[in-house]
Amino acid sequence: MEIGDPLVRADALAKVLGKEKYSADLYTPGMLWSGVKRAGVSHAELVSVNIERAKALEGVEAVLTAADVPGPNRQGVIHKDQPVLAQDRIHYAGDPVALVLAKDQSTLKKALELISLELRELPGVYDPASALEAKAPLVHPQNESGNLIIHATQILGRGAAALDDCQTVVEGDFEVPRQEHAFMETECGVARLDENGRLEMSVSTQAPFRDRLEIGQALGLDPFSIRVKAPAMGGGFGGKDGATVQCLLALAALKASNRPVIMVWDRRESFLAGTKRLAGRLKYRLGADADGSLKALVCEIIMDNGAYANLGPEVLGQCMECAAGPYRVLNTSISGKAVYTNNPVGGPFRGFGAPQAAFAMEQMMDMLAARLGLEPLEIRRRNALKRGDKNSLGITLTTSTGIAQCLHTLADHPLYLQAEDWKKKSPPFRARGKGLACVLHSVGFGAKVPDYATAKIELTGEGKFKIYSGIVDMGQGNASTYLQMAGDILNQDAADLELVLPDTELCLPSGSASASRTTYIFGNALIKAAERLKKLIQQKAAMVFASQDREDDFALLPRTVRHLPSGWEVSLADLARMPNKSELTATGYFKAPVAPEAKEGGSLEIKGFGMGHRLFSYGAHLALIEVDQITGHIEVASYLAVTDSGRVINPQIFEQQIQGGIAQGLGYGLCEDFLLHKGQVLSRDFSTYILPTSLDVPVIYSKAVETHEDSGPYGMKGMGELPICGPLPAVANGLADACGVRVMQAPLTGERVLNALSTAGAAGEEK
Amino acid sequence: MKLEFVLNGRPLTLEADPGTRVIDLLRRELELTGVKEACGSGECGACSILVDGRQLVSCLMLAGQLQGREVTTIEGLAPPNGLHPLQEEFVARGAVQCGFCTPGMLMAGAALLKNRPDADENEIKKGISGNICRCTGYIKIVEAIEAAQKRLKKGAVL
Repeated sequence: MEIGDPLVRADALAKVLGKEKYSADLYTPGMLWSGVKRAGVSHAELVSVNIERAKALEGVEAVLTAADVPGPNRQGVIHKDQPVLAQDRIHYAGDPVALVLAKDQSTLKKALELISLELRELPGVYDPASALEAKAPLVHPQNESGNLIIHATQILGRGAAALDDCQTVVEGDFEVPRQEHAFMETECGVARLDENGRLEMSVSTQAPFRDRLEIGQALGLDPFSIRVKAPAMGGGFGGKDGATVQCLLALAALKASNRPVIMVWDRRESFLAGTKRLAGRLKYRLGADADGSLKALVCEIIMDNGAYANLGPEVLGQCMECAAGPYRVLNTSISGKAVYTNNPVGGPFRGFGAPQAAFAMEQMMDMLAARLGLEPLEIRRRNALKRGDKNSLGITLTTSTGIAQCLHTLADHPLYLQAEDWKKKSPPFRARGKGLACVLHSVGFGAKVPDYATAKIELTGEGKFKIYSGIVDMGQGNASTYLQMAGDILNQDAADLELVLPDTELCLPSGSASASRTTYIFGNALIKAAERLKKLIQQKAAMVFASQDREDDFALLPRTVRHLPSGWEVSLADLARMPNKSELTATGYFKAPVAPEAKEGGSLEIKGFGMGHRLFSYGAHLALIEVDQITGHIEVASYLAVTDSGRVINPQIFEQQIQGGIAQGLGYGLCEDFLLHKGQVLSRDFSTYILPTSLDVPVIYSKAVETHEDSGPYGMKGMGELPICGPLPAVANGLADACGVRVMQAPLTGERVLNALSTAGAAGEEK
Repeated sequence: MKLEFVLNGRPLTLEADPGTRVIDLLRRELELTGVKEACGSGECGACSILVDGRQLVSCLMLAGQLQGREVTTIEGLAPPNGLHPLQEEFVARGAVQCGFCTPGMLMAGAALLKNRPDADENEIKKGISGNICRCTGYIKIVEAIEAAQKRLKKGAVL
């Protein structure tokens, strides 16, 4: 196994055979089914929950309410403001009010229907701007800052005052929608409390080690009495980072008389109760000199966080950090607010806050270019960040910064070179355009959150290697990359490497599968573990041969160690049979470096969590689009993504992330609109929330510029979230290029485009 | 009722409530958990199975509808001691990510290649357009189906 090989994924075979077991597949006959009754109303006082009829139903084991929750009944990754079961007050329609355990799924369903609620409805707030008005109803009356969760401002240089000195200033007011993760596997898990009081759970999760703490804190349990296992996951995209079923399922298991319990949310429940990408509004003013050099950026961001904080404030932080794009801006004033409303909960979604920022900033760049008579590519080239520059937070970039190379590669690509010719050949009633967007995404947690991983590898008695994964693979293939790295160092074939999926009992804590960190951080830890184990094996081999030679004279080969000077060999299985097993396990620990100026006591005062990164990946995207002038429908004809994520470890998995991220980004850009009315979900399923299908994804070209990142394993940087940031702004810029109109509200549905076209047409006629 | 049908090549007789959803019968009674439930309302194709060679969604079928029919699930797609060319190509070409849509997608692909062996790229895209994948962007899936199609045309044995 070599670094750089497009090796097939280790999990693919089991998956094509239908043999891979996901959490909901761990069903066994006799298991109890658990589920929750949800409030249905958006804001209310909860007077009482009538559970008697449900309790009396045959086959119902237990019906629980907030009164049955041991411990503080509060969950949340950082901000503990969400009850496991609602008490006294309903904050949004998805609040769970009662938990039922039943002998089977149909009894569960009947029992949930028999529960009734006595509610006193309250006026609600459904958009963040009105939630901040003086007399707005309060979502959490005990919150000291009213409906405001966080307000952060970052100022660089002279801030907003520098706008006055700019030769040209453009302004824009942008609106971005909620996006639903719509992972194919809904939230689910199984759990059992054993006779000794130990709780074991297998759950679809991005963060098994953190789940243990979150469950323990919410329910007042010793976190070390909880074992969380993370089987294969059917997608996460951020929506399974933080408790979904975990606390409810644990509570169910506590009351199940040691019987196993399963909980599976159906699609509608997932849509209602799962987190969403934060919707928000971004107001921008961007100023430049006559030559297009960016001089000042002022932006105000306000995010609808929904009923609970979740990781919304951190998402906002990432949005602020990416607000200026991958550009050098000398003076910035970037402020952000995350606000409680009575809407479904906002939280992390692939890209965190970066896609929202890219929609605004990339259109601002094109608007500025048009004003100055510059090509969109040229204005980006002139302002592209390079190593040594300060970014918009004031952090000096000391890590690989390849955005200029990305633009260079894009400019040389046939798709870009032929775009103007292609545009000219548009059929009747259709207009063609090309749109550019530059993207960036940070790698890791940033300055304020500890960011580490611990890897473990063991040589088994059969002479094979077990790699204990500390970070979940939610489908993106990082686990296969772990094997590729270990296989490269230990020089073993795929068949002799076995992956141990994350399990709090067997593996070592390494943080969540999020923040484009998995391969970067765990890979770094794994390299240390693999090199240590290699050395142990070489030492052992030297002992066996009673050799005075250096360890380096012993080479690891598949299943064997060879003494190079003599050619003698000993099998790894024979070596493994030697006594003292602890010698055959190695661990490696890696803690991510942080930007010194963003650390506690550093020169910058970084306001929020999730801000102040040292390392970023970059990309330059190009969309060629065709607009139907009669319907307003946008068709993306072809797409190019040029990526700087350092060295590519596995080109096939890299391409999977590019293609999948762009498809998801096109959904965000064109058709995915999670609609609400006064907190009630209108897009309840796949027939009302439209996802891209095989017919909607264009040809996608991908190029990697492969800078070398010194701190990354083999020079790589994380890139799982980067590609989703590009499609929406690239298409929006393509629309402006094709038709001369800008749609400031995403997604760019046919209806919105048509409105913009007819408004522009009417204005044209008036002139 | 007494239900008789052929499941993955083997005749089967069992006592079943005819009103049970086929997906529940397959997953819970028969432990064929390769059949995935992702929407429960026939909108995503994850639970696709072949019934008399046609792709159908098992979440919208009731057990009674299986009487006397021939059913193939993902567990029965591969020939004995081997893989279906679609399965091989999905693995080789990186058409699998989280894998949750994969069984349904393979059944869609199998039905398509059987019923329309000469389908072109657009027809293949159309043929799987009822199956949602949230990870891959479909490109590698379409490539894998095309590659399997070529091998089947050259006479790959099932």
